[in-house]
Amino acid sequence: MSNLGRKIISQTMIWGALACAMIAIVPLISILAYVVSQGIGSINWEFFTHLPKPVGEDGGGMANAIVGTLVLVALSCVWAVPVGVFGGVYLAEYGDGKAASIIRFTADVLTGVPSIVIGLFAYVILVLPMKSFSALSGALALGFMLIPTVLRTTEEMVRLVPMTLREAALALGISRFRATLNIVIATAKSGILTGILLSVARIAGETAPLLFTAFGNRVWSHDAFEPIAALPLQIFVYAISPFDDWHRQAWAGALVLIVLVMSLTIVSRLWTKRTYQVH
Amino acid sequence: MENIKTESLKRINREDEINTQLLLQQPKIEVKQLSAYFGANQVLKQINFNVRPKEATAIIGPSGCGKSTFIRCLNRMHEVVPNAKIEGNILLDGRDIYKNTDIIDLRRRVGMVFQRPNPFPTFSIYDNVAAGLKLTGRRKKKDLDAAVEQSLVKAALWDEVKDKLKQSGVSLSGGQQQRLCIARALAVKPDVLLFDEPCSALDPISTAKIEELIQDLKNNYTIVIVTHNMQQAARVSDYTGFFLLGELIEFDKTEKIFEVPKDKRTEDYITGRFG
Repeated sequence: MSNLGRKIISQTMIWGALACAMIAIVPLISILAYVVSQGIGSINWEFFTHLPKPVGEDGGGMANAIVGTLVLVALSCVWAVPVGVFGGVYLAEYGDGKAASIIRFTADVLTGVPSIVIGLFAYVILVLPMKSFSALSGALALGFMLIPTVLRTTEEMVRLVPMTLREAALALGISRFRATLNIVIATAKSGILTGILLSVARIAGETAPLLFTAFGNRVWSHDAFEPIAALPLQIFVYAISPFDDWHRQAWAGALVLIVLVMSLTIVSRLWTKRTYQVH
Repeated sequence: MENIKTESLKRINREDEINTQLLLQQPKIEVKQLSAYFGANQVLKQINFNVRPKEATAIIGPSGCGKSTFIRCLNRMHEVVPNAKIEGNILLDGRDIYKNTDIIDLRRRVGMVFQRPNPFPTFSIYDNVAAGLKLTGRRKKKDLDAAVEQSLVKAALWDEVKDKLKQSGVSLSGGQQQRLCIARALAVKPDVLLFDEPCSALDPISTAKIEELIQDLKNNYTIVIVTHNMQQAARVSDYTGFFLLGELIEFDKTEKIFEVPKDKRTEDYITGRFG
């Protein structure tokens, strides 16, 4: 093939690849632009501080939904992050056996289970016996989604800790437990935190697992055993309603949710970057 | 009988007398019929070996001869590797380290410095040195301060780092990091120090500093050093063992090994004919 022909093909491929890369970021940019343009008009102080108003009344906000989402995320982290982190440490440190490979496989499969199914599962094991939708069941469902990703990222991060550090610790007469806790986990700490933040960002916007667990609430929820509002649920309810002012509120809610999730992602990225600069 | 023995002892010349005294002295470490395995693969074959107190003993040999495995048996780091096991006995001050010694206690008495400097990356210089004390329950700040300073002084690093103890341990140069690791090992007050090719990742100037340090340390510590650098073995050690394919071929005073080796294979190795 002639030199010219090769150059033409090379240039075509480069421009083609660039075009594909551009297409990949188009959805995100357009979603952002559209959500901002639709939602920004309804963002005001009242939106963050007030409860929803009945249909027909102007104003009102999503204070309960915003707080509800934070509560749900916090509750799910409380139980699922320790499970994921210590499970991941187990897999990385002691995970050579058959049991470990089963856990690993199960976690990977769990990551791919549709979130609505996870919601149904939480409904069956918590909502039915307690005869009530509740914040707890919502946190259970979100926790199920959190565990596999936290588990696997923790495992990866702990595996990255060089063997020589573990040996250095053991050779000093430090027990295996102390070495794992104070040296291995400390070394992998920022990677583990990044994994947690990314997983939290993923579950914060989940709607399906909350439909028949947290259920949503028009007013403040004061009890973990009661239904609780959540931003994605509120957006869903408002978006399918026939009322224009609810639609505007839904856009504002979507904007808040997207900013929340994006800032989590950005914080975790900065964190990772800083970590790599240190070493 | 006792008289004859004493008489004959008197007659031997001074150098031999010293040798005899050394032989009569209880070795710091006695290795008896040591075999080591990775799974079914035998890497050490019936090693018998004595390490004398407050001397530096070098272990030389080509790559894969089992010298690192050997030294890792001395503080039971060999068994950290899955499927690794040993046969035979190793006595430290006459006590079997595999039977009657607590492993944590053993590793505090037998410190180790590894091939690549491996300070804990999230720890400060201070915390690196204090790690062995802090993480085994000793947290009195006064004691820690004293131990950190003493250890860094002994490791010839104090002057270079005394003003930046709070900085990360990995901010130091490679040679400094290795001395930091030596300080870290010294902080738990061992009596034996194992060096596993401590200079193989260092430049010549840093290497010279570490060697000087080892010369210094052997006044107070029993030292075993694995090296693939024969000049290094000749410079720092009093005794040398030559390993080949998992066997101890020859063990003698360092100058004898390098000047008048008894075994043909030792001679071939030190004259560079193979390895």
